[in-house]
Parts: sequence; C-alpha cells; structure tokens
Amino acid sequence: MTTSPASLFPRLEPLLAQVSKPIQYVGGELNARSKDWDSVAVHWALMYPDAYEVGLPNQGVQILYEVLNERSDALAERCYAVWPDLEKLMREHDVPQFTVDSHRAVAAFDVLGVSFATELGYSNLLTALELSGLPLHAVERGDEHPIVLAGGHAAFNPEPIADFVDAAVLGDGEQIVGTITEVIARFKAEGAPGGRTELLTRLAETGGVYVPQFYDVSYGADGAIVAVTPNRARVPARVHKHTVMDLDEWPYPKTPLVPLAESVHERMSVEIFRGCTRGCRFCQAGMITRPVRERSLPGIGRMVEQGLAATGFEEVGLLSLSSADHSEIGPLAKQLADRYAEDRVSLSLPSTRVDAFNIDLANEFSRNGRRSGLTFAPEGGSERLRRVINKMVSHSDLIDTVTAAYSQGWRQVKLYFMCGLPTETDEDVLEIARMAQDVIRAGRQATGSRDIRATVSIGGFVPKPHTPFQWAAQAAPEVVDERLRKLRTAINADRSLGRNIGMRYHDGQPSLIEGLLSRGDRRVGAVIEQAWRDGARFDGWSEHFSYQRWVEAARTALAEQPVDLAWFTTRERSAEEVLPWDHLDSGLDKQWLWDDWQDALTGYEQDDCRWTPCFDCGVCPSQGTDIQVGPTGRSLLPLAARTVAAAGGTP
Amino acid sequence: MARRTPDAVFVAPVQRLRLQYAKRGRLRFSSHRDFARAFERALRRAGVPMAYSAGFHPHPKISYIGAAPTGVASEAEYLEIALAERREPDAVAAALDAVLPPGLDIVRVVDVEQCPPGGLAEQIEASLWQLELAAEPGELAAAVARFLARSEVLVTRLTKDGSRQIDARAAVLELAVTPGLTGSAVSEPGPDSGHAIMTMVVRQVTPAIRPDDVLAALRLVAGFAPSLPARATRLAQGPVDEAGTVADPLRRTERSAGPSAPVRS
Repeated sequence: MTTSPASLFPRLEPLLAQVSKPIQYVGGELNARSKDWDSVAVHWALMYPDAYEVGLPNQGVQILYEVLNERSDALAERCYAVWPDLEKLMREHDVPQFTVDSHRAVAAFDVLGVSFATELGYSNLLTALELSGLPLHAVERGDEHPIVLAGGHAAFNPEPIADFVDAAVLGDGEQIVGTITEVIARFKAEGAPGGRTELLTRLAETGGVYVPQFYDVSYGADGAIVAVTPNRARVPARVHKHTVMDLDEWPYPKTPLVPLAESVHERMSVEIFRGCTRGCRFCQAGMITRPVRERSLPGIGRMVEQGLAATGFEEVGLLSLSSADHSEIGPLAKQLADRYAEDRVSLSLPSTRVDAFNIDLANEFSRNGRRSGLTFAPEGGSERLRRVINKMVSHSDLIDTVTAAYSQGWRQVKLYFMCGLPTETDEDVLEIARMAQDVIRAGRQATGSRDIRATVSIGGFVPKPHTPFQWAAQAAPEVVDERLRKLRTAINADRSLGRNIGMRYHDGQPSLIEGLLSRGDRRVGAVIEQAWRDGARFDGWSEHFSYQRWVEAARTALAEQPVDLAWFTTRERSAEEVLPWDHLDSGLDKQWLWDDWQDALTGYEQDDCRWTPCFDCGVCPSQGTDIQVGPTGRSLLPLAARTVAAAGGTP
Repeated sequence: MARRTPDAVFVAPVQRLRLQYAKRGRLRFSSHRDFARAFERALRRAGVPMAYSAGFHPHPKISYIGAAPTGVASEAEYLEIALAERREPDAVAAALDAVLPPGLDIVRVVDVEQCPPGGLAEQIEASLWQLELAAEPGELAAAVARFLARSEVLVTRLTKDGSRQIDARAAVLELAVTPGLTGSAVSEPGPDSGHAIMTMVVRQVTPAIRPDDVLAALRLVAGFAPSLPARATRLAQGPVDEAGTVADPLRRTERSAGPSAPVRS
C-alpha cells in the first residue's frame, strides 16, 4: 500500500520569500481539491508546462482535474513550470518538483500527465522531469517512477518528445483518463505483475494510448522515414484519437479554479461546442477536433449559472474554435444577456470569424459590459491568399462589417493575420496595409470622428501535422521579417491613416523553431535535449527564447544525421513521404488532406460540411462519430433559487 | 450615432463599513493586487450590495489602506467599502469570510458611524510588527542595540526607477528582542542557529518603513544576517500613544445623538 508522501511546503517556504510572485506556488485556489492520498488507488499529477499564470486557466487541465477528482479511485493534483529564479533555488536546496495542491513530490504519483497546447513547452518538460528526479529518457525509468503521459494538441505528433514520454493520448481526455485509471488500478491490485513494461503494454492494448518505445522507426539513406512499426505483440499498428460525443454529459469544469494570483484569463469559460469544420487549411485545431459537437442551450445555461456562483467572475467567455458558428448563438447571447443584465456580468466571444459575425450579436454581447474592441481574423492579406487558406472573406465584406461596428459605437478593431503562408508573395502581405487603411477610412466616415483605432497583429505561419499544409515548406525567418518590414513601411506611407494603425508582430525566428518541434520526428529529441542542456526554458516567452541556442543545438545534435533544421522546416514534402505522425490517427484521410493541399495551391475553396454535403475528410466514418449541431429550439432552463444576497437583510 | 453615455445610474452610497482582515499562513505570499482581486470577487459571491463609482467603467467603491508587503503576514489590515443598501456589519463579515479562502480572513466589520471621526487613513499612525528570526537572541539583541544607538540609518531600497536611500531608524519607535520557542514558526532553523523574536513599533511615514528595511539596517550597522528569511507578521496598526502602544483604529466611538452624519462620497 502506498503511504502519503510528505508535504514539501516546509522546505519550499523559505525559498518563496526570495522569488517573484510567490503566490503562484502556494496553491489553495478557490475550488481547488485536496483528497486523502490513501483513499484512492491511482494518483495523477497534472502538469501544464508553462508559467502558472498561463497554465492555471487552461481548460484541459481544469477539466481533467475535476473529472479525476470526482472519481472514487483517483486523485489529481496540479503543477506548473517553475520560473528560473525558483528552479535555481530548488536545485540549491534539493527541493523536487511539487504539486501546488498538497505540495507532494511529483515522483510519488502514478502518472505525470502533461498537457501540451504548444510545442514550445517541451524544454519545460525536461526541467520538470529533472527537478522531479525522474530519468529524462523513458527507457531508463523503473517500476517506481510515474508514467509520463503527454496530451493536448501537440500530442498529435509526440515524436520529438518520444524519448522523454512513456505514452501519449490523442484527442479528448475526459473518458480516456478514466480508462487509464482503471488499467492502473487493476494492475496495482494484482501486485504489478511484469512491472512497468507490462503496465505500458496494457495501456497500449486499449488502442487509445500511444507508447513510443513500442514502435521502431526506420530511416532511408536520404533521411526520410521508411516505416514506423510495432516492435512487440499486443500493440496496435495505429493509435486512434478520442472523441467525446455528448458534451452535455461532460459539463466540466463545473467549479472553475479561481487563483489569487493574476492569470492571463480573468474570466470563466464555457465551451459551447468542440470541433470545427470551417476547413481553414492552416488550422490544426480545426482539423484534429472534428466533428463539430455542440453543447445545448440548457447545458450552457447550467454551466454559466453554476460557474458564476462558484467563482464570482464578472465575465463569461463562450469558448470554441469559432464561437459565432454555434447554430443557436443568437438566442444564446440574448438569453444570457437578459439573465445577467442586473449582475454586471459581461459576455465575451473569444474567437469570431468575420463572416459569422453580425453586429446585433456583438451588441448583445456588449450589453452588460464595455463596447471597446472587436477582433477579426482574416488571416490572409489578399483575397487570393484567403482562398488558398480556405478562409474566404472578401475585402468589401470586411469593410461592411467594420463600418457597421463603428457606427454602433465600437471604437477599435483588431485584425489578425499570418505571414509566411504557402504561395504567399510580398503583394499578398502588402494588402494588409490596404485593408487596415480602408478600415480606418470606413470608421472615420461612419462616425464622423478621426478617433478610430485599428490594430494589426501578425503571427508567423507554422505548418502543423494533420493539416493540408503538413507538406508545405515553412517560410524562412528572413523572408517573413522582410515582408513585415515592407508592410510596416506601407502602413506608415500615409501618415494620416498610419498613425491610427497599430502593428504588432513577432519576428520569424521563434516560428521556425516551433516548426521544427511541430513536424519533427524522433531525431529532434536530441535537439530538444541539447537546447535544454544549453539553457532553453520557457521558449514561448520572448525574453527567454534564444534562436541562436536552438540553431546551435540542431547543428550539434543532428551533426551525424543526413537531416538538419532546414530539412524539417523549409523543405516541402512529397506525396509519397512517410510522415512521422502517419501511424497516429486523427481520423483525417491522408488522401483527402493531400487533395485539399492540391486544392489550396490552385485556390479552390472547400465548403463546411455543416451546411453542405459531406466532403469525405474521413473523420466520422473512421471514428464512428457524426456532426452534432442544432438548432434544437431549446432555451435556457429557469434559474435555480438564487443564493446571493447572503449578507442578510437591512439591520 | 451618438456616443455612448454611462448607462449605470449613479447611486449614492448609503452606508460605509470598515473591515479588519488578516493575511495568514501560505496566503501571506499574496500581493496586495492578489488580495484586491480576491476581495472584489468575494464581494460579488457574498452578494454584498456595493456602491459603484460613476463613469463608463464603474468600479465598486473600496478604499484600501497601505497593505503589508508580499510575504509578510498580518493580523491587522484595514479597508473601507461603500454600500448601495444597508447591511448588518456582522452579516457582511460572516458572508465575506465564508467565500474568502482560508488564510484571507475577515476579523470584523464595523459601521463607520461607530468608528472614530475622520478618515480611516488618519487612524493609522503606526504598525506593530513581529519578526521571527533564525538567529541567536543575544546576537540579535546586540545588533538592535547598535541600531537604536543611531539617530539615522540609511538603507538602499531597489525601486522600479533604480535605488533610493531611506532612513530606517527615525520611524522606529520601539524595538525589543525575546528568545523564541524552539521548534516553532520559522521553518527548519539550522542546527546551530537559534530562534529569536523581534517586535517593533514603526511610525507610518512616507515612504513606509517595512520590516525588510529594518533588517537591512541591522545588517548594515552590525553585520546581522539570519540564516533564513525572517517570518514577519503585522500584529496591529492604528493610533499610537507616547508609550508606543498601538490602539485599535476601529474602536467603538459614541457619536452625538441625532441624525447621522452625512455620508462622505
């Protein structure tokens, strides 16, 4: 039987007086759980491998934390990456990686589940493993060590971290964490027969857990992969993603965590649907989360009601990949705005497409809050490029929409774009300047005021696995930087307009490294390890990221290989090439992806299967799923008896 | 279309309450900003009918008094809130304490009408601090004696704009050392380090003199450096008398009968 590991807090406490923002390490958030160690069979440590302020609001971690803690056979505690100031002190004072809930050593848990929203968290994984006292490499771990399990969108190609993780799970986590818990509980009850290898085999046998060490990768002389094959019995040739089919059955998080520390999202989030079939070709999230599954209005209403009561948040974010696409977004917005009109609760719609947007909806959303800024994401500067990426919005549609927004009292518009998209030319990017200038002109005309702002935000495009652009050559950082320089010049060419246009962008270098980590194979593991040994930490933070360090690490670690940084990033792949993630099944048919890639190159658009016939992307038949969209005509249910006004009546 | 006008109708506050709260245990690592966010959420969750400021971005009316530094515990932090509807102070205290995390604790709530006249800030003249130190009491007492013998000790404080020199001595009214109980409070005292408790009364000045400034001064005048960071607690703050005794800023004060004084806004 396990015995409860001691709290590390007494040893951590003296260090906290010496670090920045110590509150992030003490736990005790509103709605945090703490379960008795010995009351359950399976202990999960859930990690988000970035700073607490980014990791705490993460929905994936919060959902699994609640789902696991509701089980009678499991507990879950959370941990986050520690900043370098505390890392240094922990090494000096020999304090291992801890969970923030009960400050237990991560090494004492059965599973360390790590949620990767982005590949730039890989270096922080290595820090956490080392601080935990775990061998860095999966094959060096023994029976006493936790199973290191990767999840999140980046786990759809876990090959670059295959050396470091024992297993990876693709897709929705709600149900598979239960299956994994049951496998581990049974294994422990039986006395752990066959040790770690048997446990990993049993997990692999479920068909939904990928164990990289059970697969061999062979390479050809040109450096390309020849095959990825299981190296033992009981292991599936392909591992499938998980899909939760009824979101109303999984209304998590029910009681969202509220930190004392400041975090990136000071609001409550309710996921109103999962999946997206808009078919934007750059968008990995839209491709790997199919099909669309909507939460019902009664289900959303209940989550908002429960969540607000449990948190005291003033803002509710209606989350999804494209929230205005919910089939009943209009009634939903109106009903929620009516219900909370008196309570100073504002609604927000974090992801909105220009063509799905209508001003009545925006007005509904701003009714109880501020009418400050609207955000649109045309992504591509020119109509031609928007056809390539399958995000077709015409220039005049956009201008009409922002004109309506300005005339309704909105004062600021944010426009999101990408640079470095396939087939992109300088002219495509320079169109961004024309669009921003037209937005300012339209706003001035609509309002009669010169006090109009538009902000243009530009990110570097990174080709991602399981998308039609998985074969594309990534643009070199110099190309991206040069285009952005020309764009800045073009925006400022007309000072009377340019001074009302803000331009935010990142240079192209971090994108190239993200590209390496996104489409890399197992040989990239050595690069990650080298960069980490050279000091890589918090690579998603510009103040910590060093391009030079990664370039050097790639040169060193790949010196004996026929491949290099450029091979993984700026090289276009052929139809025949075995991709490192081909044995990981997102449901998308590879031939369909290839055809869609070819359509992209000719600017041929693909419709949305919610409104047009199925176009055979492959997901539903291969995964046994189907689209679940309304309208259903259902409404919010009446509120339960109000529990507020607890402060009592007048004296 | 016309510009938007503030849509919330401004409601004059009808009642003001002063709160004493404590910052204990792990939550002493919360910053003032952290506390303020948690407190504003607690007001909402407890259903306290707050008065809001006027304007486009209405804010609940809360006046905070200089808060204890991050990492320092306190038994005596104060703030004032304005309500749009009258509430029983004890009920507000109970409702808020129920929704604040353990460690951020409401000690009591008093109606301004029951408090001494004048603003809350005027009541705060000095703080009583207790510092637990991993140090030999004798060594600490010697350092304290050297500090008290000075009329001025300039210490350097790092600020956003660089460093500045401040006098850590003049504001210190009282400073005493007692041996601590072994095995208590300060975590993991080293095998050869002792345990001492220092209490001090520090006058409220600008910029505020904090426990860290006094410790820096002890290092400066006597080379005193405890083996672990001190654990500091503010035990009280309020008016101070000639003897250096800190009184209760919310002490009950009978006001003249008749119509209640107009509420300040």
